[in-house]
Amino acid sequence: MTPHPYFFVIIFIGVALVFPVIPLGLAWMWRRFFQPPKPGMEKNATYECGVESLGEAQIQFRSQYYLYAIIFLIFDVEAVFLVPFAVAFTGLPIGAFVAILVFLVLLLEGLVWAWGKGCLNWAR
Amino acid sequence: MSDIDEGLRSELQRQGIWVTSMQELYNWGRKNSIWPLQFGLACCAIEMIATAASRYDIARFGGEVFRPSPRQADLMIVAGTVTKKMAPQIVRLYNQMPDPKYVISMGACAISGGPFKQGYNVLKGIDRYIPVDVYIPGCPPRPEALLHAFMELQRKIDEQKLTGAGKAEHLDPDQPSEFPVPAFGGHDLEPAANADIFRPMKMERNQ
Repeated sequence: MTPHPYFFVIIFIGVALVFPVIPLGLAWMWRRFFQPPKPGMEKNATYECGVESLGEAQIQFRSQYYLYAIIFLIFDVEAVFLVPFAVAFTGLPIGAFVAILVFLVLLLEGLVWAWGKGCLNWAR
Repeated sequence: MSDIDEGLRSELQRQGIWVTSMQELYNWGRKNSIWPLQFGLACCAIEMIATAASRYDIARFGGEVFRPSPRQADLMIVAGTVTKKMAPQIVRLYNQMPDPKYVISMGACAISGGPFKQGYNVLKGIDRYIPVDVYIPGCPPRPEALLHAFMELQRKIDEQKLTGAGKAEHLDPDQPSEFPVPAFGGHDLEPAANADIFRPMKMERNQ
């Protein structure tokens, strides 16, 4: 009689459960009978780099950084889309061409706006 | 945990029967998988890196798993000059290591301040704040010296007792696991040493 094809999976699950439980149980027994727990302020601290933590963990970026976001989109992210567009240019349908044109025009508007605001001038 | 007679034991071993005790098994496992904390303070750290790398290969002794977190480390190798700015962080890292934990003081600086002992900003030995198990002299000690210290530590672990009066510190509920972290004072760290564990050697001169 051949065993059920899923029989080995059941054996595998059993081994996978028993295998970690044995050392965990041994460790628990060791702690219970031999090693006294010694908790402390620093041992239980969350941060573990030797430096005392201070302040809040949740910080907010200032909204003034939107300028960097816009210029990053214009000069960096745009190139990522333009290169595959240029490679596949000859085989593109008219819809795709219009879509990329809309994308370019939107970014161009951002460029004009940033230029007009003087963000692209060298600081003297 | 009754001790078996050594002669009987070797006789049994000759017949292919291996007798051991809980204590020996426990210490054997511990001493062969000492995970050091991965941090270096100065030039001794370069020697420590060389010890961990393939030429000297601390993995032969079970110490290759350098842990970047104190939570997973057994051994702190204080490799280099401990400045007074750094000392509180070292003590805090030591406190955050789980028991059992050991310290190797590597090099002249970690032992006593070394060539910078007269300086205003160097701690004159890390054993002022945390208990050190093995000291390695040298400036810097060669990787062989670190391996030797490692083997000495293994020997020390092997001799630790599970029960009785002289049992290991981490099994004794009365022994502390954390040590007070020094604070920055006006001129020096405060306190300048932990009086409970720092016992400087007295030099006796013949008059």
